[in-house]
Amino acid sequence: MRDFVRVAWLVVRKDLMVEARSLEVVSTTLFFALTVVLVFAFGLVVEGRPVDDVAAAILWIATAFSGTLALGRTFERERQADTLRALMLAPADRPAIYAGKLAGMLLLMGLVELVLVPLVGLLFQAPIFAHPLLLAGLLLAGTTGFAAVGTLFAAMLVRARSRDVMLPILLYPITVPVMIAGVRGTAALFQGTPDEGLAQFWMALLLFFDVVFVTLALWTFEPVMTE
Amino acid sequence: MTEDFERLTVASLSRHYGRRKALSKVTFTCSSGDIVGLLGPNGAGKSTLLAILGTLLAPSEGRVEYGATTADAGGAALRARIGMLGHDLFLYPELTAHENLTFFGRLYGVKDASTRALQALERAGLGERAHDAVSGFSRGMRQRVALERALLHQPRLLLLDEPFTGLDQASTGALVGRLREEQARGVLTVLATHDLDVVDGLLTRELFLRNGRLMEVDAGEGSLRDRYRAAIATA
Repeated sequence: MRDFVRVAWLVVRKDLMVEARSLEVVSTTLFFALTVVLVFAFGLVVEGRPVDDVAAAILWIATAFSGTLALGRTFERERQADTLRALMLAPADRPAIYAGKLAGMLLLMGLVELVLVPLVGLLFQAPIFAHPLLLAGLLLAGTTGFAAVGTLFAAMLVRARSRDVMLPILLYPITVPVMIAGVRGTAALFQGTPDEGLAQFWMALLLFFDVVFVTLALWTFEPVMTE
Repeated sequence: MTEDFERLTVASLSRHYGRRKALSKVTFTCSSGDIVGLLGPNGAGKSTLLAILGTLLAPSEGRVEYGATTADAGGAALRARIGMLGHDLFLYPELTAHENLTFFGRLYGVKDASTRALQALERAGLGERAHDAVSGFSRGMRQRVALERALLHQPRLLLLDEPFTGLDQASTGALVGRLREEQARGVLTVLATHDLDVVDGLLTRELFLRNGRLMEVDAGEGSLRDRYRAAIATA
């Protein structure tokens, strides 16, 4: 277990160092997410009043689309000098490498969400500070489910010629339950009278998805990465 | 921990991609201290064979034995005894040479990886550029860093895909010298190359591949280039 954590930490640390030097994934992902929210704001906020219950959907759409972009760019980087093969060749538990890549993705997506959430709150008049811990929990649980599946698929597709097309085709249908639970849970917090009980129900469902997706991904990462 | 193996056995190894056969019933053995050359035209199956020996690719048929173990049985402990230099160099261009080697050193559990990485870069003649990003290096310099990455954990089996690409004459000479040192240490080296003149006299064993098959050639006299021509002509 100690070795698992050590390898995962090495991979996360390396990913963060690479990103700190290039700022490639953060800048493109953030720019894309902000553009999505602003475009929806122009369409769905009329005379300063947003259409009812859209804030949660916009937040999760921006998270999912920008997350897909981040997944593609992160693994494109591993493809360019074939470094993913070097990671596979290392005498480390391959699931630990997956865990490191997943943690790196979560940090990147979390950073984007730190900017997205206040922006959605501002433009769509969503009460983001009404239940901040519950909102953070929903976002963390939903992002984990999305990134768990996305990291596995992005790694699998890294050598496929049509990876940019295949990633969303494979990822979105499987993560639909995560998106639905995320949107419904967040909407329960953003409505006129927040429904904490309903939000907690959706969060419990998200945690269930997380356990299933992360377990399956850890279990299948080694066989799917051996060509 | 897997015991250091003395012998590599490849038995009836085949690899298919759909209907295309990248390798077909390849069989050979080699021992500690051997430098085996995989020679053949583009698409002959050299890189596929290296990937299978490196446990990155599973064979469609046949088996590879590393001493008494196999890739499935050996797992991470076996991978710790393999060093590989790919055609792509397995380096992160955004990181410095020192950061690259330290990262991979730690991944392989090398003790005091940071110091060992600096020593390796000094040895490669890149000590002064240790803290420069690899993206600013020439192909030859990257190749030297990548070779040190492959050797940092002192592997038993060294797999090299086109190791002389981009190297100038002095660096080529240094690499040949380095391979002889590793040979003296008992390392088993398998290298794929088109630089026949460079490896003539270095190889202890020559394997000529064409269309995924091993070609039989009499050791005979003459240069390696002559034997290569003879091997390819018999196909």
